[in-house]
Amino acid sequence: MAQDAGIDTPTADSGAADGALDSGGVRRRDFINIAAVSAAGVGGLVVLYPLISQMSPSADVLAESSTEIDLAAIQPGQAIKALYRKQPLFVRNLTVEEVKKATDLDNNPGEFATLRDPQTLADRTKPGKQNWLITMGVCTHLGCVPLGAGPGEETSRGAFGGYFCPCHGSAYDTAARIRKGPAPRNLEVPPYEFTSDTVVKIG
Amino acid sequence: MSFPWAKQYTPSHPAMVWLDQRLPLPRLVYGAVGAGYEVPRNLNYFWNFGFLAGLCLIIQIVTGIVLAMHFAPNTAIAFDSTEHIMRDVNWGWMLRYGHSNGAALFFAVIYLHIFRGFYYGSYKAPREMIWLLGVTIFLLMMATAFMGYVLPWGQMSYWAAQVITGFFTAFPLIGDGLKEWLLGGFAPDNATLNRFFSLHFLLPFVILGVVILHIWSLHIPGSSNPTGVEVKGQSDTVPFHPYYTAKDGWTVGLFMVIYGLFVFYMPNAMGHPDNYIPANPLQTPAHIVPEWYFWPFYAILRSFTQDLLFIPGKLMGVLAMFAAILVWFLMPWLDRSPVRSAKFRPLYRKFFWALVIDVLVLGYCGVSPPEQPYILLAQLATIYYFAHFFIIVPLVSSIERPEPLPFSITESVLGHEGQAAPAAKG
Repeated sequence: MAQDAGIDTPTADSGAADGALDSGGVRRRDFINIAAVSAAGVGGLVVLYPLISQMSPSADVLAESSTEIDLAAIQPGQAIKALYRKQPLFVRNLTVEEVKKATDLDNNPGEFATLRDPQTLADRTKPGKQNWLITMGVCTHLGCVPLGAGPGEETSRGAFGGYFCPCHGSAYDTAARIRKGPAPRNLEVPPYEFTSDTVVKIG
Repeated sequence: MSFPWAKQYTPSHPAMVWLDQRLPLPRLVYGAVGAGYEVPRNLNYFWNFGFLAGLCLIIQIVTGIVLAMHFAPNTAIAFDSTEHIMRDVNWGWMLRYGHSNGAALFFAVIYLHIFRGFYYGSYKAPREMIWLLGVTIFLLMMATAFMGYVLPWGQMSYWAAQVITGFFTAFPLIGDGLKEWLLGGFAPDNATLNRFFSLHFLLPFVILGVVILHIWSLHIPGSSNPTGVEVKGQSDTVPFHPYYTAKDGWTVGLFMVIYGLFVFYMPNAMGHPDNYIPANPLQTPAHIVPEWYFWPFYAILRSFTQDLLFIPGKLMGVLAMFAAILVWFLMPWLDRSPVRSAKFRPLYRKFFWALVIDVLVLGYCGVSPPEQPYILLAQLATIYYFAHFFIIVPLVSSIERPEPLPFSITESVLGHEGQAAPAAKG
């Protein structure tokens, strides 16, 4: 036993430098153990960071982040689909009646309060360009593309005249606000600006 | 473990003796699935699905590895390389149909295996760990099947990836970031396909590892049986080999006939024609439905159409869908009845069948379009599903008066005179 103690297992009476007790009953070896385990633990966590981070969108994916769209050819009542960050984008030229339908709701506080995600048409469009409803074409439920923007889909815009998601039945109104079905939020409005009267830059 | 009367491995060939002293692998196999594993003599055919599930896993791994030799996980060519397998690769059509139909039949076998567990109370002490590992295997299978479904990069593949990773956006604050992290982008794209391929290759081997733990934990108490009465003596058991290897062999043959019918005569019966259209991020298919084995859970997901106080309906749906499987983990503790088999539990048996019907109703709602009356029907079936686990099972287990159990497995097979049999056998 005495021999073992000398090599590996410090004891109070072994007299080896390793096992020497200081005043608090702490051995030098305790410090080495804690330091070694801490270094290995922190080191392991540090290595974990790049292993997790590599799954996030890479630089080239993040770089595809702006799109320009020419609005000149889009007639009132018509909508087009474009791609923004590899996701569908809806650009819709609302008719006067569609704008009115949305603003009527905005001006009716009782009904406005019942919205799941209360926003006015003005909140969701640019000043003076209220007829240009520009939103992501991604249902906020589980990410399907709602109907209503593609060619021939004018009759599939759902009970509220905006867009209708066929996957789980979410219906959006003419401000692309969620009105019925399981989706929790309005269709997302991406950041965009008008670079001229007929050109918008998304992102 | 084994019973004291279990046969011991005794190699006779000098080479096997040499091996046994250095690496007792044949001994391990002999004790696990050979003549050294003593099994109750009264198992019915519901006990064959574990072996069949193992066979399915091997089929999936073998066909999967060879398919991976021809498939390219890149969005530009994934769809074409799948068609290349179907048209150009020698026997590629058979391997791919074998893999896709094999996955569906794997789920069919697993559902029957789980059915057995619920009916005969296989989850009860001392077999809780076998059950917990089994539910874990099922969850891993669902993840693997989903990622495999994405690989051909057809319309259903793409939209499955979109919708299923969309579940994670339900979580407040971290949801959107979590989805982008899982996809490696803002929508399913090359990064998604490539990582799904990597994980789809990895997970079956993880499943294999958990299956080994599942079987290891099974061998501690030994197999359960239809009476739920524990083994009391040598007359209650027979060796796994040759008795159950022969019986399992016969159902393997039967399984192969059914598998062959699907692969060779109706390979697309369980598939979806939209998946022969290449993925299009701008166009969602008109009717998105998962594969049949996910229908009941899909119906639960869609049942939550209203917000509950401050909790969005979408989050409720996602949590309920996960909870529908996670609740199985609690079965050993929700069911407090000391009697295992539903055969002797008249009340539990009725509710068990009600649950089976409920799950079938959920499956029917899951494949139906999200309209009335299916939404209401799914909502009622979802309520009943959770009521079964959290109310009915604990309640029934405390008020039920079970029927008398047989004294032993031998008695249940041979009747009362059977008690003489072990003595007569000597």
